[in-house]
Amino acid sequence: MKKKNPFGRILERDQGRRALSFILITALYLIMEAMMRSGNLSSLFQSLLVPVCCYIVAAIGLNLNVGVSGELNLGQAGFMSVGAFTAVCVSGYLSASVPSGILRLVLAILAGILSAALFGIIIGIPVLKLQGDYLAIVTLAFGQIIKSLITNMYLGFDENGIQFSFVENKTSLAPGGKMLLNGPMGATGTEKISNFTAGFILIVLSLLVVYNLIYSRSGRAIQACRDNRIAAESIGINITSTKLLAFTVSSSLAGAAGALYGLNYSTLVPAKFDFNTSILILVYVVLGGLGNMTGTMAATIILVLLPELLRSMQDYRMLIYAIVLILIMILTNNDTVRTNMTRVKNRIFAKKEGRA
Amino acid sequence: MDFLSYLINGLSLGSVYAIIALGYTMVYGIAKMLNFAHGDVIMVGAYVVFFAISSFHMPLAVGLLLSIAVCTVLGITIERLAYKPLRQASSLSVLITAIGVSYFLQNAAQLFWSSSTKVFPSVLSNGALQLGGLSISYLTLVTIGTCILVMACLMLFINHTSTGRAMRACSEDKGAATLMGINVNLIISITFAIGSGLAAIASVLLCAAYPSVYPTLGAMPGIKAFTAAVFGGIGSIPGAFLGGLLLGIIEIFAKAYISTQLSDAIVFAVLIIVLLIRPTGLLGRRIREKV
Repeated sequence: MKKKNPFGRILERDQGRRALSFILITALYLIMEAMMRSGNLSSLFQSLLVPVCCYIVAAIGLNLNVGVSGELNLGQAGFMSVGAFTAVCVSGYLSASVPSGILRLVLAILAGILSAALFGIIIGIPVLKLQGDYLAIVTLAFGQIIKSLITNMYLGFDENGIQFSFVENKTSLAPGGKMLLNGPMGATGTEKISNFTAGFILIVLSLLVVYNLIYSRSGRAIQACRDNRIAAESIGINITSTKLLAFTVSSSLAGAAGALYGLNYSTLVPAKFDFNTSILILVYVVLGGLGNMTGTMAATIILVLLPELLRSMQDYRMLIYAIVLILIMILTNNDTVRTNMTRVKNRIFAKKEGRA
Repeated sequence: MDFLSYLINGLSLGSVYAIIALGYTMVYGIAKMLNFAHGDVIMVGAYVVFFAISSFHMPLAVGLLLSIAVCTVLGITIERLAYKPLRQASSLSVLITAIGVSYFLQNAAQLFWSSSTKVFPSVLSNGALQLGGLSISYLTLVTIGTCILVMACLMLFINHTSTGRAMRACSEDKGAATLMGINVNLIISITFAIGSGLAAIASVLLCAAYPSVYPTLGAMPGIKAFTAAVFGGIGSIPGAFLGGLLLGIIEIFAKAYISTQLSDAIVFAVLIIVLLIRPTGLLGRRIREKV
């Protein structure tokens, strides 16, 4: 038997895992698309396709932050909100000048990514100096601030230009003008230009971005900062800028997810992206496994579908959801269950390696 | 005069936050976990008092005692069933479990008591104390008084009883505490019991000020109180008291002088600024990293 470099082996297994996530998501996309074409997909499931894609992208981003960088972020929905409302405004503003829906979608998502990334940097620079639970509370606070600010924004435009007011609606638009943001009512009358294919492409792109980042020099620096802050600092890694990189990429992915989400509905209220949404995405990440993107995708799909599948249980469905959540957490941390899981996993891996 | 009355209103709101924040900070100090279900224990407490008073026509004091009893038992049950199996697990797993418990309580409440808002009966007389040109409602006085009383009792308990000493020991070092013959599991249960009992007291004060009871009642006060606990330095009991009072005052002043709609944004912005200047909160202990 040829002797292999043990590190090379780890890399190979990781490559396999990476390839697996692309293969799985593409297969899933093709199956869903085929079912949709042949009319085998209920309208309920069809309506869930784009939101699932959005949550997957946001969760992949959050996993980069929580799993790879090791910073608890409770404000991912805030960045989604920034991305969503920027995209909705850009799309609404460009609706006359850019008639092509696809081009407008791309422009709007880019705008969403840029604005969320900008907020990521602004928040990240001071905040990443904090640690642990204090960082978590600041991201929570940020999410609340964003929700509160967007709830009080009024933005409209007519032939004379853009009008903006804060707290009270002081915009007076000429006839033919259009309100883009309407305070607590949010954005209304948005043209729905998101679609499942765009969601799929966005997932693939975000996987590419995250994987390339993780396996680059910066990615190793990010993991070094997570594992031992002092040791990383002592070998010359700039902790703040390294963490900021992960934080910004994470928030821009949330912005992209939000943009796709916002352009999938004709109305979008700021209250949609509240603390509960941040928590929901965090649940996907933790259940999927920290640093494990394939797991995150699987957990997101299952947990978005679970309440819908439990629809027949009606009032009990969220109760069951909560119990499932608690049980999964207790069981995955139970020693007996863990040992048995490892045994099963080892057996599968042993078989694979035996064949190779 | 306006300024003074705003200040007193702020102290009153802050007292409620402080009582809730004490529950957060005690649990954090000893179990090292963020108990996101704490807000929902308040909700359960509020429903118990509501039904005790309006359905069973009990006097307020009996309702309050009943609510404290129910919340205490609830707190211990939650800790035993959901958190105890996760003593060795990562803090994120515990956080997600706490969120699961929070969902569970909210949805159970919705199932049992419907999601419609119930109007809490006015339990304290609406009268007010006239002091010069200043009028302070009795409710405000009772709220502030309760908070000070709770705080004083808690400080006495923590600093001058053997159970309190055991709690401080667990907060310092669980392993060493076990070696000293302290039953750590019992101490953690006691902590949850006290925190949940305080949540019941807070629920009555909260519902007397904002008389509506609904399943997600605890969510926002929970987040605010958690913020207050971090503001004062999480794990520190005087810190939670100070943080709660300051948060209440800032919120009322922001509402009065700047903007009602933006008060939440201002409160959280102040929190961020304070944390940037003092990264471990106002009275938090500075942790020195060792290599």
